[in-house]
Order: sequence, then C-alpha cells, then structure tokens
Amino acid sequence: MSTATDTPIAQGTPPRVLAWRRFRRNRPAVGALILLVLLAASSLLAPVISPYPHTLQDLELGATPPSAAHWLGTDDLGRDLLSRLLHGGRISLAVGLCATFVSLCIGVAYGALSGYAGGRTDNLMMRIVDILYALPFTVFVIILMVVFGRNLLLLFVAIGAVEWLTMARIVRGQVLALREQTFIRAARVLGYSHARILARHIVPNVIGPVIVYTTLTVPRVILLESFLSFLGLGIRAPMSSWGLLIGDGARMMESYPWMLIFPGVTLSATLLALNLIGDALRDALDPRALR
Amino acid sequence: MVAIVPVMLKFLLRRLLSMIPVLLATVTLTFLLVRMAPGGPFTDEKQYPPQAIEQLNRHYGLDAPLHIQYVRYLGNLLRGDLGPSLKYPGRSVNDMIAETFPVSLELGLWALLVALVIGLAAGITAAIRPNSALDTVPMTLSMAGICIPAFVLGPLLVLVFALHAGMFNATGWYTPSDRVLPAITLGATYAAYIARLTRAGMLEVLPQDYIRTARAKGLGECRIVGIHALKPGIFPVISFLGPAVAGLISGSFVTETIFDIPGMGKMFVASAFNRDYTLVLGLVVFYSVLVVLFNTLVDLLLVVLNPRLRMHT
Repeated sequence: MSTATDTPIAQGTPPRVLAWRRFRRNRPAVGALILLVLLAASSLLAPVISPYPHTLQDLELGATPPSAAHWLGTDDLGRDLLSRLLHGGRISLAVGLCATFVSLCIGVAYGALSGYAGGRTDNLMMRIVDILYALPFTVFVIILMVVFGRNLLLLFVAIGAVEWLTMARIVRGQVLALREQTFIRAARVLGYSHARILARHIVPNVIGPVIVYTTLTVPRVILLESFLSFLGLGIRAPMSSWGLLIGDGARMMESYPWMLIFPGVTLSATLLALNLIGDALRDALDPRALR
Repeated sequence: MVAIVPVMLKFLLRRLLSMIPVLLATVTLTFLLVRMAPGGPFTDEKQYPPQAIEQLNRHYGLDAPLHIQYVRYLGNLLRGDLGPSLKYPGRSVNDMIAETFPVSLELGLWALLVALVIGLAAGITAAIRPNSALDTVPMTLSMAGICIPAFVLGPLLVLVFALHAGMFNATGWYTPSDRVLPAITLGATYAAYIARLTRAGMLEVLPQDYIRTARAKGLGECRIVGIHALKPGIFPVISFLGPAVAGLISGSFVTETIFDIPGMGKMFVASAFNRDYTLVLGLVVFYSVLVVLFNTLVDLLLVVLNPRLRMHT
C-alpha cells in the first residue's frame, strides 16, 4: 500500500522496517505479542510439556483446588486442568488460524476479482455480499453443527465461510483504487494476463489492510468457536477447547470455581492480546502515520 | 421538512423492496439446511415404530416432495403462519414465539439501557480529555469488555454476586432483581463497543470549526459537548445500533442459557438440539425480519439526523 502512493521520504528504508519500528514502540502490543507467542508455543508443545495426559481421569481424586501436583487443580473427573487447558489451546488456536485462513482466501480472491473486474460484474458480486451480510450467520453455524454433527473440519469451513464478507469488501475497495494507477496500466500494456496482474501486482499491494483485518478476525473466530463449544455445539469431551472448559467450569463453579476462572482468564487474555496486536498493526501499517 | 417526506417514502419503499431477496435467501437456505439433515425429526431418540413415523410424516406434510413442501411453506409464510412445532404436539410456532419474545424483548431493552448509559458516558468522558486518565481508564475497561465474552462474564458475575455475596438469584426470571445480572452480562460487550465508537466519533467532531465557533460565542461546555458535538458524534453509534438492537432483543443464546431465562434465544438452542425443524425455521425467519427492520429504522434515523445524507437517497 504505502509503496505505491507515497513519496520516498526515508530513502532506502523499506516500509516493512518502518512499520516494524513503529510497532515496536507500542509497548502493550509488544507485550501482547510475547504473551501470544508463549501461549502458541506451549499449546503447540502440549503433548510434550503437559504434566498429565489431558484425558486421564482420576475419579478417586475428583476435583481438587490448585496444588503442587496439579498447578491449576483438577476437574470433577480428576483430569489435570493445566493439561486440558494446554490441549484446549491447540484446538482453539488451530480453529482460529485455520478458519481465518479460509476466510482470508475466499475474501481476498472474491474482493480482488470483484474490484478488478469492475462494472456490472462488480455490482453483482457486491450485491451478493450485501445479501449475505443480512443473513443471520451465527444461527446458520448453529444449525450446521446440529444437522451435520460436530465435526472439526466442518467447524473450520463453517466459521471461515461466515467471516470472509468484510474481508472481501475491504479488498475490493482497495483494488478499485489501485486498478486505475499507472503501474497497473503499464502491466496491461505490457500484455500481462489478468491472472498475473492480479496475483503479482494487485494482491501484494493490498497486503497492509489485509494483515490488519486478519489479525482482528482471529479473535472473532476463536470467540465463535468458544461460544459454540460453550453451548455444547462445538468440540466435544474428551477433547478439549477453551469454550468447552469454560462451559464445564460454569456448570461446576459453585463448588469448583477454579474450573471457570483459569480457562476464562486464558481465553480473555488471548483475545486481548490479539486485539492489541491488531490495533497496533493498524497504526503501524497506516501510510499516513508519522515515520 | 416538507421536502423530506417524499424522499423518505421513496427511501422506505426501496428498503422494503430490498428486504425481499434477503428474506427469501434466508428462508431458502435454512429450509434446505434443515431438510438436508440425515434422518428426519422423528428418527432419533425415541424408537417410534415405522408406521407411526410414516403417519407423523404424513400428518406434518413431510412425505411430499421437497419442492412442494417448500412452496407450501412459503405460501403459509405469506399468510404469517409458521406452522406447527414438531416436538411440542398441538402447539404452533407462532404461539411459541409470542410466548418467548416478550421475555427476550424485556431482557434486550434492559441490556440496551445498560449499554447506552455506560457506553455513551464512558465514550464522551474519554473524548473530552484525550490521553488523560479520564480517557485511558474507560478505554482500558472497554477493551476488557470486548475481550471478556458473555459466557465468561455471566458465570463470573453469578459466582461473585449471587453465590458469594448472595445479592441476587443465580438463575431465574421472576423478581425485578433477576433482571440485573443478565442485563449487565448481555449489555457489557455492547457498552464497550459503544464507548469506543462514541469516543472516535466525538474526537472527529470536537476539533471542527463550528465547535470553535460555539466556544467563541461563549456557550457552556456542557451545551457544546452535549448538544452540538454529540449529535454528529454519535452517528457511528447509531449505525452500530441497528444490528445490535436486533441481536439484543431477539434473545441472546448464551445469556438466556446461563441464567435460565425462558426467552427466544434459549428456545432456539433447545429447538436446534431437538431437531424441531419448523421451530428452528420459524425462529430464523422471525429473527431475520427483525434484523432487516431495525437496519431500515436505523438508516431512516440517520437520514433524519444527518442532512448531508439526504442528497444521496
């Protein structure tokens, strides 16, 4: 984005570096990034670093408050909460990333095509987006999960299919402005194919807003998955996800409040970190920002 | 004002016409989704004998070809008839919505009140002195509001204020005090968004020339902020309110489930679990109509409030 329109003020410093410099100055966002990397790494390594297998029950032990043996306590079936939280993070983060990736692909392709085609095609494609916008999608995801059973792949696709609309609108707006610029006309004069112009010259130039919106989509997707699992419509025990743990915790909180508090704090902290990073990236990648 | 009326009528008419494809798409998609389900509504749980299932299917018209059922459903829909519930014999979907909607409506209005009062107050306070403590504290809180979802906040509120402090009942919908925790749970996220939108809107308006003029005329700060700046400052909030209000009053799945409130949201989750297809379909249709209606209302309100928009309508 910034490369195409701005006059080069700081000669020789690539915009990427400038953006990173601006990002680094945002203390809360850097903290959030570190927290997120730690969370992601520990979730990824969950099978290795979990103190116990996350499905291991110990009915004699039952629910115990945090202790030296079980740092975050155990649930009513005697399962180690820390292990379940780590494994739950795998699912929650994986759903967040995969479903965002699905929405990213659909949204960017659709938006770029619509904006690049222009005219009547663009009009039609955007009318379709308008109509889809008005549909109650959360409701559809719930129906989908009930009707076709709770399967993880379907969850990715369903959530991804819901979240691409705004991305398509953002990309289309950017592309509309881009396509009239000289370098795109030059590419056309050079006889490049539409596919090549789209892939090599248009899409790379909308990357800034796309990155920002992607970072802000991940927390929404994680939230949607947790919401479904909380209602009992997403991930099912003995698998684990943060929403599922919060649901269990809410049912047990009168006797075992730690079962609610730890997953709740983990989920909220993750959402906070992702939102802070998204906001910071928006400021850092804004071409109008001071350098 | 005279000139506005025909413009408004045209605008309204166009919006109402644009409702048709949206509603048709919603009905069709939901209808197909629900009918594509493996197994009928009577095949699971209880083991009915095959003749009974056949009879049930015939009774509810489920034995007809799909397109006939679809046309029949649309026909009934045009007459405002959402059909019978499949799992509660003898009860119509219309009755069940009529019973649960007022509950959700009341909860939604309380939550809206919470959201507007807290959100506007926090947003305006933050915008008056940007980057001071009066700005950072409410904005940090609103970030927290966005990041603590209702299904975490609700149980936490119950834990602290109902189970430990004993100030409220943990669940139920009987006494006036039963409205407090659900309204906060449902309204908190909206309050957080409204606070951020209000702050952004006000920050855009406050440096403008006409505000300086108002100051130069010696108007009181309250009058400037509360009247001159607020009106254009809350346009973003108003456009946010369209879908928000529809979501609030049509029943929150999570809040109603947590507090065991007999509203539309809880009924929707239950009907989806029960595979009560006509009830699911009826609720989705009702919900979509609400969303479209509120979006139209809000757009109308924006045109009334903002003269600059009248040119384009």
